[in-house]
Amino acid sequence: MIPFERIFRLSAFLGLLVFLPTKGETVDFAGDVLPILAGKCFDCHGPDEAAREAGLRLDTPEGAYADLEGLVAVVPGNPDSSELIYLINSEHSEERMPPPESKKELSAEEKNILFQWIKEGGKYDKHWAFEIPKKVHVSKTTHPIDAFVQERLKAERIEPSPVADPASILRRLFLDLIGLPPSPVEIDNFLSAYEKSPTKSIEILVNDLMERPAFGEKWARHWLDLARYADTNGFEKDKMRDQWIYREWVINALNDDMPYDQFLTEQLAGDLLPSAMQDQIIASGFMRNGMINEEGAIIPEEFRIKGIFDRVDCFGKATLGLTLQCAQCHSHKYDPISHEEYFGLFSFFNDTHEAQSWVYSDAQLQEIGDIKHKVSELEDQIKHKIPDWQNRLAHWVSENQANNSKWKIWDTTLQEWEGGLNHPEELHDHSILIQGHPTVTGVTLIEGKSSLPMITGMRLEALTHGDLPFRGPGRSYWGTFAISEWEVYRKWLGEEEWTRVDLQEAWADFNPPVSGLKDYFHHETKDPDRERLVGPAEFLVDGDDKTAWSPDRGPIVRHTESVVSIQFKEPLAMPEGSEIRVRLIQNHGGSSNGRDNQQLGRLRFSLTDSTNLEVPSHDHAVTLALQKPEKDRSGEDSDTLFRAWSKNAKELREINERIVLLESKYPEAKTSVLHTMDTESDFKRITRLLEKGEWNKPTFEVERQVPAILNQLDVKNPTRLDLARWVTSEDAPLTARVHVNRIWQTLFGEGLVTTPEDFGTRAPIPEYQNILDWLAVDFLETGWSQKRLIKSIVSSKTYQQSSRNRPDLQEKDPRNRLLARGPRFRADAEVIRDIALYTSGLMNPKIGGPSIFPPIPETVINDNYFIPEYWKETTDENRYRRSLYIFRKRAMPDPTLASFDAPNADISCVRRVRTNSPLSALTSLNEPIFVESAKALALRILREGGNDEKSRINYGYLLTTGRPAKELEIREINRLIDEQSERLSDGWLDIQEIAFIDTENPPQLPNGISPRELASWAIASRVLLNLDETLTKN
Amino acid sequence: MENEIRKELGTLQSRRWFLRNCGVGMAGIALNSLFSNKTIGANTQNPLSPRLPHFAPTAKRVIYIFQAGAPSHIDLFDHKPELVKRNGELPPAELLKNYRAAFIRPNSALLGTKYDFSRHGASGIEVSNLLPHISKHVDDLCFVRSMQTDAVNHAPAQIMLSTGHSEFGRPCLGSWTLYGLGSESEDLPGYVVLNSAKGTSGGASNYGCGFLPSVYGGVPFRNKGDPILYLSNPKGYDKEAQRAALDTLKRLNQQTLDDMADPETAARIQAYETAYRLQSSAPELMDLSQESQATLDAYNIKDVKETSFARNCLLGRRLLERDVRFVQLFHEAWDQHSNLDKNLRKNCLDTDQPFAALIQDLKDRGMLKDTLVVWGGEFGRTPMAQGTDDGRDHHNRAFTIILAGGGIKAGIVHGGTDDFGFNVVENPVHVHDLNATLLHTLGFDHERLTYRFQGRDFRLTDVHGNVVKEILA
Repeated sequence: MIPFERIFRLSAFLGLLVFLPTKGETVDFAGDVLPILAGKCFDCHGPDEAAREAGLRLDTPEGAYADLEGLVAVVPGNPDSSELIYLINSEHSEERMPPPESKKELSAEEKNILFQWIKEGGKYDKHWAFEIPKKVHVSKTTHPIDAFVQERLKAERIEPSPVADPASILRRLFLDLIGLPPSPVEIDNFLSAYEKSPTKSIEILVNDLMERPAFGEKWARHWLDLARYADTNGFEKDKMRDQWIYREWVINALNDDMPYDQFLTEQLAGDLLPSAMQDQIIASGFMRNGMINEEGAIIPEEFRIKGIFDRVDCFGKATLGLTLQCAQCHSHKYDPISHEEYFGLFSFFNDTHEAQSWVYSDAQLQEIGDIKHKVSELEDQIKHKIPDWQNRLAHWVSENQANNSKWKIWDTTLQEWEGGLNHPEELHDHSILIQGHPTVTGVTLIEGKSSLPMITGMRLEALTHGDLPFRGPGRSYWGTFAISEWEVYRKWLGEEEWTRVDLQEAWADFNPPVSGLKDYFHHETKDPDRERLVGPAEFLVDGDDKTAWSPDRGPIVRHTESVVSIQFKEPLAMPEGSEIRVRLIQNHGGSSNGRDNQQLGRLRFSLTDSTNLEVPSHDHAVTLALQKPEKDRSGEDSDTLFRAWSKNAKELREINERIVLLESKYPEAKTSVLHTMDTESDFKRITRLLEKGEWNKPTFEVERQVPAILNQLDVKNPTRLDLARWVTSEDAPLTARVHVNRIWQTLFGEGLVTTPEDFGTRAPIPEYQNILDWLAVDFLETGWSQKRLIKSIVSSKTYQQSSRNRPDLQEKDPRNRLLARGPRFRADAEVIRDIALYTSGLMNPKIGGPSIFPPIPETVINDNYFIPEYWKETTDENRYRRSLYIFRKRAMPDPTLASFDAPNADISCVRRVRTNSPLSALTSLNEPIFVESAKALALRILREGGNDEKSRINYGYLLTTGRPAKELEIREINRLIDEQSERLSDGWLDIQEIAFIDTENPPQLPNGISPRELASWAIASRVLLNLDETLTKN
Repeated sequence: MENEIRKELGTLQSRRWFLRNCGVGMAGIALNSLFSNKTIGANTQNPLSPRLPHFAPTAKRVIYIFQAGAPSHIDLFDHKPELVKRNGELPPAELLKNYRAAFIRPNSALLGTKYDFSRHGASGIEVSNLLPHISKHVDDLCFVRSMQTDAVNHAPAQIMLSTGHSEFGRPCLGSWTLYGLGSESEDLPGYVVLNSAKGTSGGASNYGCGFLPSVYGGVPFRNKGDPILYLSNPKGYDKEAQRAALDTLKRLNQQTLDDMADPETAARIQAYETAYRLQSSAPELMDLSQESQATLDAYNIKDVKETSFARNCLLGRRLLERDVRFVQLFHEAWDQHSNLDKNLRKNCLDTDQPFAALIQDLKDRGMLKDTLVVWGGEFGRTPMAQGTDDGRDHHNRAFTIILAGGGIKAGIVHGGTDDFGFNVVENPVHVHDLNATLLHTLGFDHERLTYRFQGRDFRLTDVHGNVVKEILA
């Protein structure tokens, strides 16, 4: 029952209501009501249970209709009894909702909408974007996009725009599909074809452009923004990484029109696909494009967790169009994603290694396959030759297992890197993992008590781990390591000082021959005379830190465990309370750059009291396999044991030698990739909900799960692959819509949903949800073909309209959201630079490969915390590669691209802003590549553009704007050329400098053309490259 | 139909029609020009046109001196005689509870400062003798000795100080300021960045605009070569050739504007004109030859061409004089894990006098009262030694920053630390509180200066921050 006082106040308030304006039509929950509730109420009465006030929840009908101690927020059909209506109109500021201090006051219209909504039944609909899209029936004769647009424009009493002129359509398609402008010949051909049949000529053109390799390059750029692709790790160190092969994968996948569901699946979980190929591993690099902090003294786990947050954010933007980040610290304020559901998604990405693998060329893969095949043939021969090999192997295994017990694993108490640049982590098996700062010189310092009363020697295992490059065991560029010296100290109970223990000898399972350091690790100031050597285990105890043990077994086989043991000169008594200290000196790294460190990544020590130490009888991988109970052995372990046994069989010597020879022929990889990999069984990770999203505040364990509001994931113990399948399944409401919207945004400058990263309750309602849904369903129904989708959009009249602005449109629809005219906006940074390179004829059309280094002013290079010594301006034929291949250094955004708003890959970016700043004007006027392009363009025009200025100007316009020049334009350019030509003659300007890219090596000029003419044309070309029309998709 | 429209367009004289009617909203990505331009008329919403904040500001412009690498509060501003007394001893165990240092073992010997401190001015504020010039100005300054931050590694902590968040991708204070206030300068960018040492750990993100439109990002002015990238014309050109080329370009683009009536074209025309003006205004700004010898001496500028903190201080004053809204100086030189004595002395020698001269200069020109001055780094340094006795580790629990001018109370110390300079024990000021306060002086309620991105209203202070009223004049 409503208390009397309240009834009194309610009636007073009802009197007021009479004066409120009422709207005749019915209100729409999703369009009218939800935005108000989400924007003004959900902060305290939304999905976030922690922030919920008064127990009232307004994002669900159950919550809104609930009886809360006699008061009901929403009484369907009865606004006057609804507490919500009372409170939003209350004149008492202490009870009015939203509270005045929230500064979210409702307008009279908003109040009225809420009133009307409750009056009409207070019904809740699911937010449109969480419902599965449906195709609305459209006419068969009109393109569905056009049908929807025409219907809407008619209702709005707006005329659509006429079709654009064919030259504009042509250039629009070129820029949109391949990111390059059409050539004069292509313009000519198209215009005559268009005259015969507009529709057909466009169709042929679109098909042609989509088959060009440049298509994949153009569209890869958009995906790479989303994938936050860069060539460095970011943060202070900003170390270079090899990841370009992932970029190449994207280009190829787009050119092959890989179905989008597969495109996503391979990137989210390519590594988990049955018999994943190298390409699928590369694809899974998608999730690894984020930043990596390698600053000194960091705690690696803190930044690993932040890296996983970044992956969830990227996943959300790429597939769901939801701002999952909002649920990182607490349940989402506006969308129904709980804090726990966030960590449910997080857990799919959390239980992974920071893996890196080698990438081989096709020829190398073939070579490797051949070697493996031959080896397995030889192994078959062995089995054939020794029919009872299984018995003999089993016998050998049991015999050798017995020898394995003399080492006691050392449970250490202190694991440090001297000076603290690294914070080594002790793992559950007492091994020690070193991550974080890549340190080129220093000492691993380990201390602990002895579990033995006497020690005669120690053993060091160099172990592999999924978080090390190529599984390690080292952290070097090759996953190798070098230890210069091994020092042992002891401190008996009561002693203050450490005493050095004399070492007798060191034995390793692998002793490379003595050699100098690879050039890669050479360092001029550290070691000018190149005295540092690597070689066998004895280097560990020779008292010389210029020599190091570095067990590198060669390509592929080097990523295995190694072991080395040392014998003390005298047995060392270790009375109760005594301590041991070990220092592993690592002095074989290169410069301070970090990439050339030689740290050991994972290690473990053991102690022994045996007086009978000897050379390890087999590779450490064999020892480890022998230690495992038979049931725990992997296939790899069995192979290892087979190999070890056969190696010891004397009658197999010849075959074994052939195997060793074969395996020494493995090729060194061409590059590598950071990729996703599930954790290995020993290192499974439990995901816990992190309080407030803080990495060091884990709470309860969270199961893998997806937001309940979306389609169901009906799999027990789902994997990342199941997640990928879930997100690409037919009943996923968002995946197709989100991608369709991004493609639409690329073509029209703005998405149908204008916030491509957010389709949630706070996103503006799209003007054309019907187009979005139709295209999304069609995309899904026709096999997720991106090319087909793009083709469908560009074939519409809507796309092909003239982009000319009109006063009525400027007034009614300045942002062109109703699509009554064609798209017109400045091209993206890369396209603008490519237009200059391409029209000038300088562009090198090669596809793929490593990134290139454009000219960068020294002042910019010097602004790096660590000067990138590798930044050697590309001067060979790769200088003029497409802008997609520019090396992206996170701490040093490319000044050209940045001035045209290219994002910096700090986070996933699905929408670029576009600005026109004087800085971008200065760039396209004066940046060296643009200046070189202007010079080359001048030469091209003089070579190809005919013999008189008029036809040359026309040709220049065709090249840059895709259309012939108009009278006024010819006059203007002509005037500039005349004037400056005179000034050039009079010596005001430097002809050589203005005309030639390289004044030392001027190009061959066309017959009858003087350097002065070239120079005056270079001045004019610079203007052409800066025309609004050149920079704009018209 | 089409003809009619064209006719209509013709009679409307599309350019003026554009100027009158084509305002594009803030987030309106189309019409953006870097610098405010009063010629475009007040009703077009140029994203850089000057705007009023929420309430009357006490500061109209800012000079933010980022002493990157983290200066030692213990050796410069926060005198701890007890620490000196206990030099070489281990820190009290209760201090180290739940404490983790960056590099060192927490249980490392205490290191008292080796420098004497003296009281100065009417306020009697204590400052290290390493800073004789700043000492003379203590009555103009506010020392916040109770700063705290979340991050303990350089890059995240610098980003934290700059953007209020320790992860990359958010706008910095300068960008928020420009977003909120616009720019008053017609010929120079509204937010200029100068650097006098190596690059910072946080890199370009320290002055980046994050998700705000890129017109709000800091523009680095470079001490060598072109002050602004690609400012100079290509080799062989002279000014007349440039003007002629730009005139041609303007007329051609004008024709496009008349034809297509795209507001973006108008913005582009404007951008090229501003670029041209910048080609003279930026070199003029950088040219210190008009400054008197007395001024150069006051700032301790030995060579007007040589990059130095001193030169940047003077350039900073010149930028502020020319209505640049936000000037930021970076000096990444304070990370003294070792060689504390030598490098601290050098840094003080390099920065003390110029900073003091800047304060005096602003004061003399009547600008200090509405110019907010900030001096500080991303965190402080440990009272424990790193190495033997000549280095200090990172310390995020307590550090000092200096504020001055722009409505900040002068001649006061705010907050305090324990006997070791280890923990804040009085009036803690988190980075969020500092940022809320800085925005307050500029006339902003930090909770209301927001930008909608990814469905959320972001702000500099995230969900935190309290204005430190005690330090407001």
